[in-house]
Amino acid sequence: MADMFKLQIITPDKIFYQGDASMVELTTSEGDIGIYANHIPMTAIIAPGILKIHEEGELKKASLISGFIEVLQNRVTIMAEVAEWPDEIDTKRAEEARIRAERRIRDHMKGTDIARAELALKRALVRLEATAR
Amino acid sequence: MATMRDIKRRRDSIQSTEQITKAMKLVATVKLQKSRVKAENTKPYFNMMYDTISSIIAKSGTIDHKYLKAGSSPKKAVIVITSNRGLAGGYNNNIVKMVNSELPSQDTYVYAIGRKGRDGLSRRGFTIKADCSEVINEPIYQDAADLTAELLDSFAKGEVGEIYLAYTFFKNTVVHVPTLVKLLPVEIEAREKAEEDTKPHAIMDYEPDDETVLDSIVPKYMSSLIYGALLESVASENGARMTAMDSATSNAEEMIEDLSLQYNRARQGAITQELTEIVAGANAIGG
Repeated sequence: MADMFKLQIITPDKIFYQGDASMVELTTSEGDIGIYANHIPMTAIIAPGILKIHEEGELKKASLISGFIEVLQNRVTIMAEVAEWPDEIDTKRAEEARIRAERRIRDHMKGTDIARAELALKRALVRLEATAR
Repeated sequence: MATMRDIKRRRDSIQSTEQITKAMKLVATVKLQKSRVKAENTKPYFNMMYDTISSIIAKSGTIDHKYLKAGSSPKKAVIVITSNRGLAGGYNNNIVKMVNSELPSQDTYVYAIGRKGRDGLSRRGFTIKADCSEVINEPIYQDAADLTAELLDSFAKGEVGEIYLAYTFFKNTVVHVPTLVKLLPVEIEAREKAEEDTKPHAIMDYEPDDETVLDSIVPKYMSSLIYGALLESVASENGARMTAMDSATSNAEEMIEDLSLQYNRARQGAITQELTEIVAGANAIGG
């Protein structure tokens, strides 16, 4: 079994997750990364994506929308502004958000903030992916 | 005797006031417990945020970042967190007084959260730039993030040079401290921190680079500060109201006691007088 490290995920309202993990996967502004124990100290900005926590023989998934991650010697802290477990996500709402965002991008009306719409779409897709399977 | 009826009326009115203050105290107590738990839940996030940001600044002390130095504008912005409702003792007034004495009224834009602070400060000649009083009823993190975005925007445009936050720090149920903190430029005791960190330290890798990371973290840091301040203020407000209503209730009780005594004296006096009159009358007829 791989080495374990301490993982802590904090949101503004609560401690979202706390425990030992062998690996954590997430998306940063620079792309997808996976972190094992003894990773080099690092701070990175989080982009919307799926968070995968590999515990001993178990895999936990959550959606992670924004925040940043700090990796220290054998301690990883994720400061998440927005994060949800799959059962906290309202699938219907996410689906509607996806349709709305897609419509806004397609219509391309004047005054539409494309970057914002794309971000909204990205968020909706991440949430839907987190609930799938 | 006329005063007897007056005293009774007065006592009844105080009694109903007492009932109201008692009820308000109970409500405030319940709300306090809830808001206190909420405020405590944000602490880990905020502390972690503070640690991270100070370690970044300590390790990259030479960095020349826009958020680390004051803007050229002499104008200041201040977020003032008070409540929408009164009857909370000196809670709102303390904040207004503090802001008034610490910041010049003509050079300060007020972003008011809470009607009491807005009214108090506009009366003292402050410019109210924005009013988000609804927020204080039920603060959510998004509110803080929105406000941060708005403030950073005017900071970037050079409309304001410094940003402050005025709120009530919740020390415990009875001690609430009006607090003024500087949000921007970020001022953290970087130097002290740097000294204790001089021992060989693992080099932190910033992705993509430290400037971009700072760009993205400072707004989050501000949001977390504002959000924490909102929750602390709500807890303080309820604590202050609870204390105020508690003393109002005991004052009412004291007054009722006094008035009851007076009423009974007046009643006794009236009976004695009536008796004297009857006896005197009987004597006059019998005599």
